[in-house]
Amino acid sequence: VSAVTAENLCVWVYAVTDGEPGASADMIGVGGGPVRVIRAARLTAVAGDVSLAEFGEAPLRRNLEDLDWLAQTARAHHAVIETVAKGCPVVPMRLATVFASDSGVAGLLRDRAEDFRRVLARLRGRSEWGVKAYAARPADPGPAAQAGQAAPASPVDSASPAAPAARGEGAVPGEEGARAGSLGPGAAYLQRRRAQLAANHDARREAVASAQAVHAELGRLAVAARLYPPQAPDLTGQPTPMVLNAAYLVAEERAEEFTAAVTNLTAAHPSVELTLTGPWPAYSFVGESEVSPEGTVR
Amino acid sequence: VTSPGAPGGSGRTYDPAIRGERIALVDLLDRVLAGGVVISGDITLSIAEVDLVTVSLRALVTSVTALTEAPDPAREQSS
Repeated sequence: VSAVTAENLCVWVYAVTDGEPGASADMIGVGGGPVRVIRAARLTAVAGDVSLAEFGEAPLRRNLEDLDWLAQTARAHHAVIETVAKGCPVVPMRLATVFASDSGVAGLLRDRAEDFRRVLARLRGRSEWGVKAYAARPADPGPAAQAGQAAPASPVDSASPAAPAARGEGAVPGEEGARAGSLGPGAAYLQRRRAQLAANHDARREAVASAQAVHAELGRLAVAARLYPPQAPDLTGQPTPMVLNAAYLVAEERAEEFTAAVTNLTAAHPSVELTLTGPWPAYSFVGESEVSPEGTVR
Repeated sequence: VTSPGAPGGSGRTYDPAIRGERIALVDLLDRVLAGGVVISGDITLSIAEVDLVTVSLRALVTSVTALTEAPDPAREQSS
Protein backbone atom coordinates (compact mmCIF):
# COMPACT_ATOMS: atom_id res chain seq x y z
CA VAL A 1 0.00 0.00 0.00
CA SER A 2 1.35 3.34 -0.99
CA ALA A 3 1.99 5.85 1.75
CA VAL A 4 0.51 8.53 -0.47
CA THR A 5 -3.26 8.56 -0.50
CA ALA A 6 -5.01 9.18 -3.77
CA GLU A 7 -6.25 12.71 -4.19
CA ASN A 8 -9.92 11.96 -3.75
CA LEU A 9 -9.48 9.84 -0.63
CA CYS A 10 -8.78 10.47 3.02
CA VAL A 11 -8.06 8.16 5.94
CA TRP A 12 -10.66 7.34 8.58
CA VAL A 13 -9.19 6.02 11.82
CA TYR A 14 -11.20 3.60 13.99
CA ALA A 15 -8.89 2.69 16.81
CA VAL A 16 -5.32 2.24 17.98
CA THR A 17 -3.98 -0.96 19.49
CA ASP A 18 -0.68 -2.48 20.52
CA GLY A 19 -1.99 -5.94 19.66
CA GLU A 20 -2.50 -7.64 16.35
CA PRO A 21 -5.94 -6.87 14.91
CA GLY A 22 -7.35 -10.11 13.59
CA ALA A 23 -9.09 -10.33 10.27
CA SER A 24 -8.98 -6.67 9.28
CA ALA A 25 -9.04 -7.73 5.64
CA ASP A 26 -12.52 -9.22 6.11
CA MET A 27 -14.03 -6.20 7.76
CA ILE A 28 -16.24 -3.69 5.99
CA GLY A 29 -15.69 -0.19 7.21
CA VAL A 30 -17.29 3.21 7.10
CA GLY A 31 -18.46 4.11 3.60
CA GLY A 32 -18.43 0.40 2.67
CA GLY A 33 -14.69 0.38 2.11
CA PRO A 34 -12.04 -2.07 3.31
CA VAL A 35 -10.20 -1.82 6.60
CA ARG A 36 -6.42 -1.91 6.84
CA VAL A 37 -3.69 -1.15 9.36
CA ILE A 38 -1.07 1.60 9.61
CA ARG A 39 1.88 0.84 11.87
CA ALA A 40 4.37 3.08 13.64
CA ALA A 41 6.12 3.20 17.01
CA ARG A 42 5.10 -0.43 17.70
CA LEU A 43 1.47 0.65 17.60
CA THR A 44 -1.19 -0.16 15.05
CA ALA A 45 -3.91 2.15 13.82
CA VAL A 46 -6.95 0.43 12.34
CA ALA A 47 -7.98 2.63 9.44
CA GLY A 48 -9.66 2.76 6.07
CA ASP A 49 -9.83 4.98 3.01
CA VAL A 50 -12.96 7.03 2.60
CA SER A 51 -14.06 9.47 -0.05
CA LEU A 52 -13.14 13.09 0.44
CA ALA A 53 -16.39 14.04 -1.27
CA GLU A 54 -18.36 12.38 1.54
CA PHE A 55 -16.03 12.68 4.52
CA GLY A 56 -14.13 15.88 3.89
CA GLU A 57 -14.88 18.70 6.27
CA ALA A 58 -17.77 20.44 4.51
CA PRO A 59 -19.63 17.31 3.34
CA LEU A 60 -19.04 15.66 6.71
CA ARG A 61 -20.63 18.58 8.48
CA ARG A 62 -23.69 18.29 6.25
CA ASN A 63 -23.88 14.53 6.50
CA LEU A 64 -23.77 14.55 10.29
CA GLU A 65 -27.13 16.32 10.20
CA ASP A 66 -28.64 13.39 8.32
CA LEU A 67 -29.78 10.79 10.81
CA ASP A 68 -29.72 7.87 8.39
CA TRP A 69 -26.19 8.72 7.33
CA LEU A 70 -25.12 9.25 10.93
CA ALA A 71 -26.65 5.97 12.09
CA GLN A 72 -25.04 4.01 9.30
CA THR A 73 -21.66 5.63 9.88
CA ALA A 74 -21.78 5.21 13.66
CA ARG A 75 -22.72 1.56 13.31
CA ALA A 76 -19.94 0.91 10.78
CA HIS A 77 -17.38 2.66 13.00
CA HIS A 78 -18.55 0.66 15.99
CA ALA A 79 -18.62 -2.66 14.14
CA VAL A 80 -14.95 -2.38 13.22
CA ILE A 81 -13.91 -1.31 16.72
CA GLU A 82 -15.93 -4.10 18.30
CA THR A 83 -14.38 -6.72 16.04
CA VAL A 84 -10.86 -5.53 16.76
CA ALA A 85 -11.61 -5.28 20.49
CA LYS A 86 -12.46 -8.98 20.62
CA GLY A 87 -8.85 -9.85 19.99
CA CYS A 88 -6.86 -7.13 21.70
CA PRO A 89 -7.25 -3.99 23.80
CA VAL A 90 -8.17 -0.95 21.74
CA VAL A 91 -8.30 2.78 22.13
CA PRO A 92 -11.37 3.82 20.12
CA MET A 93 -11.25 7.08 18.19
CA ARG A 94 -14.12 9.49 18.36
CA LEU A 95 -16.41 9.28 15.32
CA ALA A 96 -15.12 11.21 12.31
CA THR A 97 -11.39 11.23 13.01
CA VAL A 98 -10.13 11.78 9.48
CA PHE A 99 -6.58 12.29 8.22
CA ALA A 100 -5.33 13.46 4.84
CA SER A 101 -2.83 10.63 4.49
CA ASP A 102 -1.23 7.59 6.08
CA SER A 103 1.78 9.65 7.07
CA GLY A 104 -0.44 11.83 9.25
CA VAL A 105 -1.72 8.74 11.05
CA ALA A 106 1.78 7.38 11.52
CA GLY A 107 2.82 10.77 12.89
CA LEU A 108 0.01 10.60 15.43
CA LEU A 109 1.13 7.16 16.58
CA ARG A 110 4.70 8.40 17.03
CA ASP A 111 3.77 11.70 18.69
CA ARG A 112 1.35 10.19 21.16
CA ALA A 113 2.87 6.74 21.58
CA GLU A 114 3.30 7.09 25.33
CA ASP A 115 -0.29 8.28 25.82
CA PHE A 116 -1.64 5.39 23.79
CA ARG A 117 0.50 2.86 25.64
CA ARG A 118 -0.57 4.20 29.01
CA VAL A 119 -4.26 4.03 28.14
CA LEU A 120 -3.90 0.57 26.58
CA ALA A 121 -2.21 -0.71 29.72
CA ARG A 122 -5.05 0.63 31.80
CA LEU A 123 -7.73 -0.96 29.60
CA ARG A 124 -6.14 -4.39 29.39
CA GLY A 125 -8.42 -7.04 30.87
CA ARG A 126 -11.20 -4.53 31.47
CA SER A 127 -14.34 -3.61 29.62
CA GLU A 128 -17.08 -1.05 29.68
CA TRP A 129 -20.66 -1.64 30.82
CA GLY A 130 -23.54 0.77 30.46
CA VAL A 131 -26.25 1.13 33.09
CA LYS A 132 -29.29 3.35 32.71
CA ALA A 133 -32.01 3.88 35.27
CA TYR A 134 -35.54 5.06 34.53
CA ALA A 135 -38.06 6.10 37.13
CA ALA A 136 -40.34 3.10 37.64
CA ARG A 137 -43.70 3.21 35.94
CA PRO A 138 -46.56 4.06 38.27
CA ALA A 139 -48.09 0.95 39.86
CA ASP A 140 -50.92 -0.64 37.94
CA PRO A 141 -54.11 0.90 39.28
CA GLY A 142 -56.11 -1.64 41.30
CA PRO A 143 -59.80 -2.40 40.74
CA ALA A 144 -60.83 0.27 43.26
CA ALA A 145 -58.88 2.97 41.45
CA GLN A 146 -60.36 1.90 38.15
CA ALA A 147 -63.83 2.13 39.63
CA GLY A 148 -62.95 5.63 40.79
CA GLN A 149 -61.91 6.58 37.30
CA ALA A 150 -65.14 5.21 35.89
CA ALA A 151 -66.98 7.87 37.89
CA PRO A 152 -65.16 10.96 36.69
CA ALA A 153 -66.79 13.36 39.12
CA SER A 154 -65.99 11.50 42.36
CA PRO A 155 -65.01 14.39 44.60
CA VAL A 156 -62.02 12.68 46.22
CA ASP A 157 -60.11 9.46 45.88
CA SER A 158 -61.57 8.17 49.13
CA ALA A 159 -64.91 7.98 47.38
CA SER A 160 -63.89 4.76 45.65
CA PRO A 161 -65.43 2.51 48.36
CA ALA A 162 -68.73 4.09 47.40
CA ALA A 163 -68.29 3.09 43.79
CA PRO A 164 -69.80 -0.40 44.15
CA ALA A 165 -72.85 1.16 45.79
CA ALA A 166 -73.15 3.62 42.93
CA ARG A 167 -73.04 0.73 40.49
CA GLY A 168 -75.68 -1.04 42.57
CA GLU A 169 -78.01 1.91 42.09
CA GLY A 170 -77.37 1.67 38.39
CA ALA A 171 -76.30 5.29 38.33
CA VAL A 172 -74.92 6.55 35.06
CA PRO A 173 -71.49 8.13 35.72
CA GLY A 174 -72.64 11.45 34.29
CA GLU A 175 -75.61 11.62 36.63
CA GLU A 176 -73.39 10.67 39.54
CA GLY A 177 -71.17 13.60 38.62
CA ALA A 178 -74.08 16.02 38.48
CA ARG A 179 -75.14 14.97 41.98
CA ALA A 180 -71.62 14.99 43.44
CA GLY A 181 -72.24 18.24 45.29
CA SER A 182 -69.39 20.40 46.49
CA LEU A 183 -67.05 19.80 43.56
CA GLY A 184 -67.98 20.18 39.93
CA PRO A 185 -66.33 17.97 37.31
CA GLY A 186 -63.69 20.62 36.53
CA ALA A 187 -62.63 21.07 40.13
CA ALA A 188 -62.58 17.35 40.74
CA TYR A 189 -60.42 16.90 37.68
CA LEU A 190 -57.98 19.52 38.91
CA GLN A 191 -57.82 17.89 42.32
CA ARG A 192 -57.05 14.50 40.82
CA ARG A 193 -54.50 16.11 38.54
CA ARG A 194 -52.75 17.80 41.48
CA ALA A 195 -52.61 14.51 43.38
CA GLN A 196 -51.21 12.81 40.30
CA LEU A 197 -48.52 15.47 39.84
CA ALA A 198 -47.55 15.25 43.51
CA ALA A 199 -47.26 11.48 43.21
CA ASN A 200 -45.13 11.86 40.06
CA HIS A 201 -42.89 14.33 41.85
CA ASP A 202 -42.39 11.99 44.81
CA ALA A 203 -41.72 9.07 42.47
CA ARG A 204 -39.15 11.11 40.59
CA ARG A 205 -37.38 12.15 43.80
CA GLU A 206 -37.32 8.59 45.06
CA ALA A 207 -36.00 7.40 41.69
CA VAL A 208 -33.15 9.93 41.77
CA ALA A 209 -32.18 8.81 45.28
CA SER A 210 -32.23 5.17 44.17
CA ALA A 211 -30.14 6.02 41.11
CA GLN A 212 -27.51 7.62 43.32
CA ALA A 213 -27.43 4.53 45.52
CA VAL A 214 -27.16 2.26 42.47
CA HIS A 215 -24.34 4.38 41.03
CA ALA A 216 -22.42 4.32 44.33
CA GLU A 217 -22.79 0.56 44.63
CA LEU A 218 -21.73 -0.14 41.02
CA GLY A 219 -18.86 2.33 41.35
CA ARG A 220 -17.42 0.14 44.09
CA LEU A 221 -17.20 -2.78 41.65
CA ALA A 222 -15.69 -0.67 38.87
CA VAL A 223 -12.25 0.71 38.16
CA ALA A 224 -13.75 3.95 36.86
CA ALA A 225 -17.12 5.45 36.07
CA ARG A 226 -18.44 8.09 33.77
CA LEU A 227 -21.78 9.84 33.82
CA TYR A 228 -23.50 10.82 30.58
CA PRO A 229 -26.38 13.27 30.51
CA PRO A 230 -29.70 11.44 30.78
CA GLN A 231 -31.19 10.83 27.35
CA ALA A 232 -34.27 12.83 26.39
CA PRO A 233 -37.63 11.03 26.68
CA ASP A 234 -38.23 11.61 22.96
CA LEU A 235 -35.14 9.54 22.22
CA THR A 236 -35.55 6.76 24.77
CA GLY A 237 -39.17 6.05 23.94
CA GLN A 238 -39.70 5.29 27.62
CA PRO A 239 -42.75 6.70 29.39
CA THR A 240 -40.77 7.71 32.48
CA PRO A 241 -37.68 9.94 32.77
CA MET A 242 -34.15 8.60 32.73
CA VAL A 243 -32.42 9.35 36.02
CA LEU A 244 -29.03 7.71 35.44
CA ASN A 245 -26.96 7.20 32.28
CA ALA A 246 -23.61 5.81 33.36
CA ALA A 247 -20.67 3.81 32.04
CA TYR A 248 -18.41 1.66 34.20
CA LEU A 249 -14.98 0.24 33.47
CA VAL A 250 -14.96 -3.22 35.01
CA ALA A 251 -12.21 -5.82 35.30
CA GLU A 252 -13.14 -8.89 33.28
CA GLU A 253 -12.82 -11.16 36.30
CA ARG A 254 -15.43 -9.02 38.05
CA ALA A 255 -17.83 -8.79 35.11
CA GLU A 256 -20.06 -11.55 36.44
CA GLU A 257 -20.18 -9.95 39.86
CA PHE A 258 -21.01 -6.62 38.24
CA THR A 259 -23.88 -7.93 36.13
CA ALA A 260 -25.24 -9.87 39.11
CA ALA A 261 -25.10 -6.66 41.13
CA VAL A 262 -27.23 -4.90 38.52
CA THR A 263 -29.81 -7.67 38.83
CA ASN A 264 -29.77 -7.47 42.63
CA LEU A 265 -30.02 -3.69 42.62
CA THR A 266 -33.04 -3.93 40.32
CA ALA A 267 -34.77 -6.01 42.98
CA ALA A 268 -33.58 -3.79 45.84
CA HIS A 269 -34.75 -0.51 44.28
CA PRO A 270 -38.32 -0.81 43.00
CA SER A 271 -38.50 2.92 42.29
CA VAL A 272 -36.17 2.54 39.29
CA GLU A 273 -35.93 0.24 36.29
CA LEU A 274 -32.35 -0.58 35.35
CA THR A 275 -31.06 -1.54 31.93
CA LEU A 276 -27.62 -3.02 31.34
CA THR A 277 -25.70 -2.82 28.07
CA GLY A 278 -22.29 -4.21 27.24
CA PRO A 279 -19.61 -5.18 27.31
CA TRP A 280 -18.61 -2.23 25.14
CA PRO A 281 -15.18 -1.29 23.82
CA ALA A 282 -13.95 1.27 26.34
CA TYR A 283 -15.21 4.38 24.53
CA SER A 284 -15.89 6.18 27.77
CA PHE A 285 -12.49 5.65 29.39
CA VAL A 286 -9.89 6.85 26.95
CA GLY A 287 -10.00 10.62 27.14
CA GLU A 288 -9.82 13.63 29.33
CA SER A 289 -13.59 13.83 29.49
CA GLU A 290 -13.65 10.83 31.78
CA VAL A 291 -14.67 12.38 35.06
CA SER A 292 -13.91 10.29 38.05
CA PRO A 293 -11.08 7.81 38.54
CA GLU A 294 -12.67 6.39 41.66
CA GLY A 295 -16.17 5.87 40.36
CA THR A 296 -17.73 8.58 42.47
CA VAL A 297 -20.26 11.09 41.30
CA ARG A 298 -18.69 14.35 40.23
CA VAL B 1 -30.54 -1.93 -1.54
CA THR B 2 -34.03 -1.55 -0.19
CA SER B 3 -36.66 -4.19 0.24
CA PRO B 4 -40.39 -3.48 0.09
CA GLY B 5 -41.70 -2.33 3.42
CA ALA B 6 -38.24 -1.78 4.84
CA PRO B 7 -37.69 1.45 6.73
CA GLY B 8 -36.86 3.95 4.03
CA GLY B 9 -35.09 7.24 4.26
CA SER B 10 -38.24 9.28 4.66
CA GLY B 11 -38.87 8.22 8.25
CA ARG B 12 -42.58 8.97 7.92
CA THR B 13 -44.09 5.89 9.46
CA TYR B 14 -43.98 4.85 13.06
CA ASP B 15 -42.80 1.33 13.61
CA PRO B 16 -41.81 -0.15 16.97
CA ALA B 17 -39.01 -2.07 15.31
CA ILE B 18 -37.55 1.14 13.93
CA ARG B 19 -37.97 2.77 17.29
CA GLY B 20 -36.13 -0.12 18.95
CA GLU B 21 -33.19 0.39 16.64
CA ARG B 22 -33.17 4.10 17.42
CA ILE B 23 -33.00 3.43 21.13
CA ALA B 24 -29.83 1.41 20.70
CA LEU B 25 -28.53 4.13 18.41
CA VAL B 26 -28.84 6.66 21.21
CA ASP B 27 -26.59 4.54 23.43
CA LEU B 28 -24.12 4.16 20.59
CA LEU B 29 -24.09 7.89 19.84
CA ASP B 30 -23.43 8.69 23.49
CA ARG B 31 -20.22 6.75 23.10
CA VAL B 32 -18.98 7.43 19.59
CA LEU B 33 -19.76 11.15 19.76
CA ALA B 34 -18.86 11.96 23.35
CA GLY B 35 -16.36 9.16 24.01
CA GLY B 36 -13.30 7.97 22.16
CA VAL B 37 -10.02 9.75 21.75
CA VAL B 38 -10.21 13.23 20.31
CA ILE B 39 -7.34 14.14 18.03
CA SER B 40 -7.14 17.88 17.72
CA GLY B 41 -4.82 20.19 15.89
CA ASP B 42 -3.72 20.53 12.31
CA ILE B 43 -2.99 16.88 11.69
CA THR B 44 -6.61 15.92 11.23
CA LEU B 45 -8.59 17.07 8.25
CA SER B 46 -11.76 17.88 9.94
CA ILE B 47 -14.15 18.27 12.75
CA ALA B 48 -12.00 19.62 15.57
CA GLU B 49 -14.14 22.72 15.63
CA VAL B 50 -17.45 20.96 15.25
CA ASP B 51 -19.44 20.10 18.30
CA LEU B 52 -20.35 16.62 17.18
CA VAL B 53 -22.74 15.97 20.01
CA THR B 54 -24.81 19.04 19.32
CA VAL B 55 -24.83 18.52 15.58
CA SER B 56 -26.00 14.95 15.67
CA LEU B 57 -28.40 15.21 18.57
CA ARG B 58 -30.10 17.89 16.54
CA ALA B 59 -30.36 15.37 13.72
CA LEU B 60 -31.75 12.76 16.08
CA VAL B 61 -34.30 14.98 17.74
CA THR B 62 -35.51 16.37 14.45
CA SER B 63 -35.96 12.92 13.05
CA VAL B 64 -37.67 11.42 16.07
CA THR B 65 -40.00 14.38 16.21
CA ALA B 66 -40.91 13.73 12.60
CA LEU B 67 -41.57 10.10 13.45
CA THR B 68 -43.97 10.89 16.26
CA GLU B 69 -45.50 13.97 14.74
CA ALA B 70 -48.87 12.36 14.05
CA PRO B 71 -51.29 13.71 16.67
CA ASP B 72 -51.91 11.30 19.51
CA PRO B 73 -55.10 12.29 21.38
CA ALA B 74 -54.49 9.89 24.28
CA ARG B 75 -51.15 11.52 24.92
CA GLU B 76 -52.67 14.98 24.77
CA GLN B 77 -55.14 14.05 27.47
CA SER B 78 -52.67 12.48 29.82
CA SER B 79 -50.19 15.33 29.78
